[in-house]
Amino acid sequence: MSELWNWGFVLEILPRLLGGLVVTVEATLVGFILAVVLGLFLALGRRSENPWISQPIGAIVEFIRSTPLLVQLFFFFFVLPRYGIRLPAFLVGTVALGLHYGTYTSEVYRAGIDAVDRGQWEAATALNFSPLRVWTGIILPQAIPPMYPALGNYLIGMFKESAQLLAITVTELMLTARVIGTETFRFLEPITMAGLLYFLISYPSALLVQRLEARYARRS
Amino acid sequence: MQNQSTWVRSRNYVFWIIGILMVGIAIGVSLIAKPPEIAPFDLLPAILRGLGVTIQLTVGGAILALVVALIAGIARSSRNAIVRGISSVYVEVFRGSSVLVQMFWIFFVLPLPPFNIELTALQAGILALGLNVGAYGAEVVRGAIQAIDRGQIEASIALNMSPGLMMRRVIIPQATVRILPPFGNLMIELLKATSLASLITLSDITFQAASLRQTVGRIPEVFSLLLVIYFLLAYPLTLGVRWIESRRRWAA
Repeated sequence: MSELWNWGFVLEILPRLLGGLVVTVEATLVGFILAVVLGLFLALGRRSENPWISQPIGAIVEFIRSTPLLVQLFFFFFVLPRYGIRLPAFLVGTVALGLHYGTYTSEVYRAGIDAVDRGQWEAATALNFSPLRVWTGIILPQAIPPMYPALGNYLIGMFKESAQLLAITVTELMLTARVIGTETFRFLEPITMAGLLYFLISYPSALLVQRLEARYARRS
Repeated sequence: MQNQSTWVRSRNYVFWIIGILMVGIAIGVSLIAKPPEIAPFDLLPAILRGLGVTIQLTVGGAILALVVALIAGIARSSRNAIVRGISSVYVEVFRGSSVLVQMFWIFFVLPLPPFNIELTALQAGILALGLNVGAYGAEVVRGAIQAIDRGQIEASIALNMSPGLMMRRVIIPQATVRILPPFGNLMIELLKATSLASLITLSDITFQAASLRQTVGRIPEVFSLLLVIYFLLAYPLTLGVRWIESRRRWAA
């Protein structure tokens, strides 16, 4: 055990780490779907002409963005059971993750919607389209594709930050690594390998997003 | 006319920010000096015992991040391939995983062989926060340097400026203007990320709240109060960033 880096040990723990990685990926994907859907509604709500809708939603978005994900996780995980709502940690974690990043994606939607040419709105009004048709038929189809790079960046961000779910006992990659460390008193391999796994997924994804970004930049 | 109205609006912003800040500071000081006995504010002193650690982490992390970001950002635009390579590896490695992973690595792995580097939890926290945020900051610095008009550099060369003088007199002043808003946003992220240090045994405000959960209970109050404290710490920074952005738009 005195050697610097034990490859045998790495191979031994790799299946467990990969099991943790699967949970991380699941939490990320479920959270991302939530964030993408929620972000759209938050962005639309913030644009509402009714101040009773737009102002509270704006305040909620600002509040969630200004507080740490970890504290939000604690809040949902410990406070909800007090009111009789008992949910599995994984569900609480993904919902909190989705809610937190939903406030970030709502800003992406906002910028994307603002970037649609004013003439499109005017033409839609002139043609007397219903608001639903204006949004689903004209504005969103033009607004959403240029958002892909920004949304991709948040997907990668969520993948990395989902490590915080360990604080509410979700056995994702990072908690698995730490548990292995406590069991075997070897922290070097499990934590380094966990970091490496995060890197091996997030770095190529970031390069892909960069290429996507360059494609949209060229087009416009 | 357009100029006039944006000027007036940005001035309004200043008064608003100063007003809110002064009211906030007054309330904060009076609460800390003499916390009211009514729930949930009676919990405030116990949570605020961690405020010193949170501020130490934020300020320490911010200073380290700033220094590292400037060095790595300038190195990434260097002509020397080795210098560029080292700083690229640093930036990509630290952006490749989250602060939490890096904090755990520094806290759990560094004290063991082969490294044998004993760090206090506070040092580990500041190191992880500073190096992580510094990597994002380095990209901001690089972007700002690249955004400087080539003509400015050509003019400096034509005036026979040394590279150091060109950095100091031409590049840094212009880049600073571009750097400030994104750096402000990074500071907000840094402040929020300090809560992670509670997971490496540092008794910041999150840690204090988590231990109150076990001793006092009153869970909804404890964590609502904690969320509000973070909001009150972070939101002035958000307003500050917006104010700088509105000023910049006006200057441009």
